[in-house]
Amino acid sequence: MKSFKEKLTERVFLLIALSTLSVLALITVFIFIKGMPIIAKVGIIDFVFGMKWAPSQGYYGIFPMIVGSVSVTIGAAIVGVPIAICCSIFLAEFAPVKLRNIFRPAIQLLAAIPSVVYGFWGVLFVVPAIRKYLGGPGLSILAGSIILGIMILPTIISITEVSLLALPRHYKDGALALGLTQWQTIRSLLLPAAKSGIVAAVILGLGRAIGETMAVIMVLGNAVALPHSVLDPVRTLTTNIGIEMGYASGEHQQALFATGIVLFVIIMILNATAQYITRKR
Amino acid sequence: MKKRINTSKLLKRIKISACAVILTLSMGLLSGCTQGTESDTIVAGSTSVQPYAEILAEAFMAKDPEAVIDIQGGGSSAGITATQTHSADIGMSSRSLEEGEKDLWSVEIAKDGLAIIVNPENPVKNLTSDQIRDIYAAEITDWSQVGGTKAKINIIAREEGSGTRSAFTELLMGKKEITPKAIVQDSNGAVRQLVEDDPNAIGFISLGLVSKEVKAVSLDGVEATRENIMNNSYKLSRQFLFVTDGEPTGIQKSFIDYTLSLEGQNLLSKEGLIPSAEGAAK
Repeated sequence: MKSFKEKLTERVFLLIALSTLSVLALITVFIFIKGMPIIAKVGIIDFVFGMKWAPSQGYYGIFPMIVGSVSVTIGAAIVGVPIAICCSIFLAEFAPVKLRNIFRPAIQLLAAIPSVVYGFWGVLFVVPAIRKYLGGPGLSILAGSIILGIMILPTIISITEVSLLALPRHYKDGALALGLTQWQTIRSLLLPAAKSGIVAAVILGLGRAIGETMAVIMVLGNAVALPHSVLDPVRTLTTNIGIEMGYASGEHQQALFATGIVLFVIIMILNATAQYITRKR
Repeated sequence: MKKRINTSKLLKRIKISACAVILTLSMGLLSGCTQGTESDTIVAGSTSVQPYAEILAEAFMAKDPEAVIDIQGGGSSAGITATQTHSADIGMSSRSLEEGEKDLWSVEIAKDGLAIIVNPENPVKNLTSDQIRDIYAAEITDWSQVGGTKAKINIIAREEGSGTRSAFTELLMGKKEITPKAIVQDSNGAVRQLVEDDPNAIGFISLGLVSKEVKAVSLDGVEATRENIMNNSYKLSRQFLFVTDGEPTGIQKSFIDYTLSLEGQNLLSKEGLIPSAEGAAK
């Protein structure tokens, strides 16, 4: 028989654990209650695939922003993923302990920099450089991709490194004993063996990129039009909410919550995919 | 040995605890929503007027510690409706009153000018209303079409819902729309920063916020100055109004009187607004 004290402790911890869950539930319910009326009114197809966003005239089409989110996220992957994977291979396989002890906290520090600082840096250095050397307004998909590519590095590096280090030691010993060089071992044995972890790392990184708001508001230009090149400004789903929430009321505000619903669904799909891939291993 | 909790019992516990948590949270939410006491004077409406009203209210309350003035946003239309339904004592509007609102008592507290700004390196000094409209409608896309050097125009606008954007649209765009390709920034300051950095940019901001780093162009040959707004020769200006339902009384009246007093008008003027005709007359 458990003592009363023990039971009480158990209850209290259960209550606290549930409160985090209920916050998630409350937010989800709230977003859906606020956003669904406008989706129902405009129609899900016209909302998601509509080309024109002009709330003052009653047009609520978010397709250009979906394209914006997707293009910036792909750009961030192109910039960030190769660097992140190379970096984690270096940390897991090549780096001497001393160097690793400098690198790891430095990369964690990269994750601790507030996004507004990334955005500020982007506006002052990246944007003018693009305007000067490549033309256009500077505020562009390219600028956003560079900033986000850097911001997703810590996520991808740490998870990739962990999944490389988690591989059984004898994989590597066996391969080296068979006469493979270190690079051959990494390329043909370790990377394929850690594949699911790396893919999950990339997906989680992309989830971070697609959800980022502050830094991209500052460097993307926020134009609601389909981009024709990487030098064109775009607006993402997150920046649409961030930039217009200040003055929005009525249907306009509902439409911003509805934008949140679409974003919510996209991020849920990404996270579920990452979970599925890691579990399958 | 420890007893295992069976699943149905656990589920029941979870249900009860979840109910408790949700109840507690919603009570917290409700208590957060309590309104101010009835004696507060509520001023609500245009978010363009809001920051200036807050400055006025602060100075007013410092002089009269008895008065409590509560400034709220919501937009011009919401403020006017709130005044009509008496949920606000004073409404703030950055547009003129429409039919059906004319029975309200109103006073212009100040004027705000809108400046069209370009980079100081840009040789263009003057634009006509038609040219600006065509630039923002993306029908003119190169500076050489309006007397500048050959370069693509980078159009910068404010976000949907912004009072500055709606004033610009009302005063200049006519039936045309601002192109969706325009870069959108969410504050006067951000627009100014971009124009300062980009030699090919054009933007519009509140006249009071024009600084040396950007150049305000003349409109139809009229320079964008406070004098030209006061003598009505510069077209791009809008009124900031206070509206009340019937003649103002009590704290309503003393706050409006303070706003129109020399001290109040000086405060607004210092923030970059143009004193109202009523205020100037006093």
